[in-house]
Amino acid sequence: MDIKVRVWRQASPSAAGKMVTYDVKGISPDASFLEMIDVLNETLILSGDDPIAFDHDCREGICGMCSMVINGVAHGPEKATTTCQLHMRKFSDGDVIDVEPWRAAAFPVIKDLVVDRTAFDKIIQAGGYITAPTGTAPDAHATPVPKKDADAAFEAATCIGCGACVAACPNGSSMLFTAAKIAHLGLMPQGQPERDSRVIDMLQAQDDAGFGGCTNAGECTTVCPKGIPLSLIGRLNSDYRKAVSKR
Amino acid sequence: MAVSGALLVFFLFAHAAGNLKIFVGESDFNHYAEWLRELGTPLLPHAWFLWIQRVGLLVAIGLHIWAAAALTIRAKKARPVKYAHRPKIQGSYAARTMRWGGVIIVLFVIWHILDLTLGKVNPAGGDADPSARVIEGFAPDRWYVTIFYVLAVVAVGFHLRHGIWSAVRTLGQQTTAGERRAKTIALVLSVILVAMYLSVPIAVTTGLVG
Repeated sequence: MDIKVRVWRQASPSAAGKMVTYDVKGISPDASFLEMIDVLNETLILSGDDPIAFDHDCREGICGMCSMVINGVAHGPEKATTTCQLHMRKFSDGDVIDVEPWRAAAFPVIKDLVVDRTAFDKIIQAGGYITAPTGTAPDAHATPVPKKDADAAFEAATCIGCGACVAACPNGSSMLFTAAKIAHLGLMPQGQPERDSRVIDMLQAQDDAGFGGCTNAGECTTVCPKGIPLSLIGRLNSDYRKAVSKR
Repeated sequence: MAVSGALLVFFLFAHAAGNLKIFVGESDFNHYAEWLRELGTPLLPHAWFLWIQRVGLLVAIGLHIWAAAALTIRAKKARPVKYAHRPKIQGSYAARTMRWGGVIIVLFVIWHILDLTLGKVNPAGGDADPSARVIEGFAPDRWYVTIFYVLAVVAVGFHLRHGIWSAVRTLGQQTTAGERRAKTIALVLSVILVAMYLSVPIAVTTGLVG
């Protein structure tokens, strides 16, 4: 496949960036999107240019590092798929593909396509955990959990914290991420003691980090590589209302 | 956003139900308008209930606009650098047009009060009977006014289609099945409301009433 990519190039956090067009020739349709960038980077290095910086780690869709907005859609055109699991066969020969970083004030660009997602860590640090010492893995039947709750908590816990929800949100809001964390802990018996303070503190951290407010536009869930359901935001709202009324 | 919006939706349904009185007869419609002013008497002086309700509406509208402005300002701050390529919106059309739709609705409401409440831009004038203002205001030769009303009411419909569902979600609706139900209810309520509001101007312009 011969394609063109237009990539956001930005030398440093303070530098002005711009979209730069590159030709990529002879790419296998079975290459992943990241492998296509790898091939492009090899040609850039050979010609003495600076390679395109981008985040990646596991390349098997579970670490949440890859973060590219491809043709205006976070993680590209394939539903429920991270960028690393997206393959070039989803594109056509001769396509011009635009690649941009996550765009959010809370996710400043470090270089090219790499953004600083420390803001998500701040939200987790505000309450995305339980403080009880858990020791080694307990016996599976030590704390009974209804199957329905276990399944719902696991679905929420599949959030890999990639930030695609923020990248897609017209308001730049991280509500789906925070809602997933609130749900996966709040559905478990171990998460109950800190359930009220968790939702208040995590929402405060989210606001402090400079994320926008949620208007239930629903674009987050359509790009989420793990299909985190929008209904979890309703659960967060409900938890928040109860927590505030108890104060 | 959700609570002030819910109050406004209740008002919209009461207002739409009152409008339909014109199909019963012009004198019934005028009688209904007079009854609105007598509501609450003798506990309250004449027309006081109406004014209390108007003040309540203004407070609700004020809070609704304040919340919307705060969300819009936060959204602009949260994404200082725009995407170069942002072709399609994955959310609904109704959700995407909430902000500009809201501005259009405010402008329409101002016109609507000047037209049918105060009669300033109405051919029958402010001293005429309410039914005369409706019938002369939507007369066939003023078809462009009717078209403006139709567009504005459809804008209200789109606003409510996302707004009603979003309010339910804000107030804590949290299951996926409930989400589908809430979206269906929001759509049905919006369509009913639009139909109720459109029936009067279209009936007058086409000569079915008056």
